[in-house]
Amino acid sequence: MRRVIAPLLILCVVWQWSPSPAIAMTIEEQTHGLAAELRCPVCQNLSVDDSPSEMANQMREVVREKLKDGESPEQIRAYFVSRYGEWILLAPKRQGFNWVAWLLPFGAILGGLGVIGLVVRRAIVRGRAPREEELHPLDPRYAGRLEAELKEWGR
Amino acid sequence: MATWKKLIVPLAVLPVLVLLAYGFKTDPRQIPSPLVARPAPPFAMSIFDGGRTSLEQLRGRPVVLNFWASWCFPACYEEAPALEAAWQAYRDRGVMVLGVDIQDRETEAKAFIERFKLSFPNGPDPQGKLSIDYGVYGVPETFFIGKDGTIHYKHVGALSEKVLRAKIEEML
Repeated sequence: MRRVIAPLLILCVVWQWSPSPAIAMTIEEQTHGLAAELRCPVCQNLSVDDSPSEMANQMREVVREKLKDGESPEQIRAYFVSRYGEWILLAPKRQGFNWVAWLLPFGAILGGLGVIGLVVRRAIVRGRAPREEELHPLDPRYAGRLEAELKEWGR
Repeated sequence: MATWKKLIVPLAVLPVLVLLAYGFKTDPRQIPSPLVARPAPPFAMSIFDGGRTSLEQLRGRPVVLNFWASWCFPACYEEAPALEAAWQAYRDRGVMVLGVDIQDRETEAKAFIERFKLSFPNGPDPQGKLSIDYGVYGVPETFFIGKDGTIHYKHVGALSEKVLRAKIEEML
């Protein structure tokens, strides 16, 4: 049962993250949203929305104009991909081999949780096990002798 | 259990090694363009000396479309003489060399053209629409557009005369 539920949960989380329809959003809000999805070509790991560079500024303007012309966010994304390749998208499209990038972190988290679970379980089992002295109590002959020697040493 | 323990380290390391091997095989300087072998995006632009030109007007002629800027040192400075030499060598054979000055000031751009005595048409791209339409990352970048209007080759970085001649010859 758990084997079925875990992948379903992952799919639900990924699905939840998919962009919601941009209905009732202003042009400016949509521009910010779309620019945040695009990688700035001249910056180090910055989105077009975050970058202060001239190129990012020009790209935001292109997005704004296209929205004003009535193009949908999907059409604008497709336009930038057709010019720069999929590299321009900060998050890879959820298709084909790209699913590896989307699901691998969840796999790693599940694997890590599994390892933690195993370690904890083993520690619990070890904690419940009888201790060494309980399994093999000290021979009463040696116990008496040890007691006497300790007393002698303590003087 | 012991076998599983012996296998877990190689199993964890192997994918990382494969990923690294793939990374070493690829050239980080190579920026593939989805536009290569596709129809060149149409454009119309003004020329610094006055007048306008467009891709439509140049249909049937091989076009060398070069994106540059006066602040792009040294790469744009290195390739400017090569572009002028190619223009002089091939203009009579119908080849068009066209410069697009991006993210620049007009005064500095004109000083650059004057410095290298560039005689081929050059014009600004004030809103960056043309450079974005061509998926330009930075300067210099050059697109070789064939007679049929498809992009034959994209070059990133300074062009040498040798590469210029070879690519133009391929388009003729």
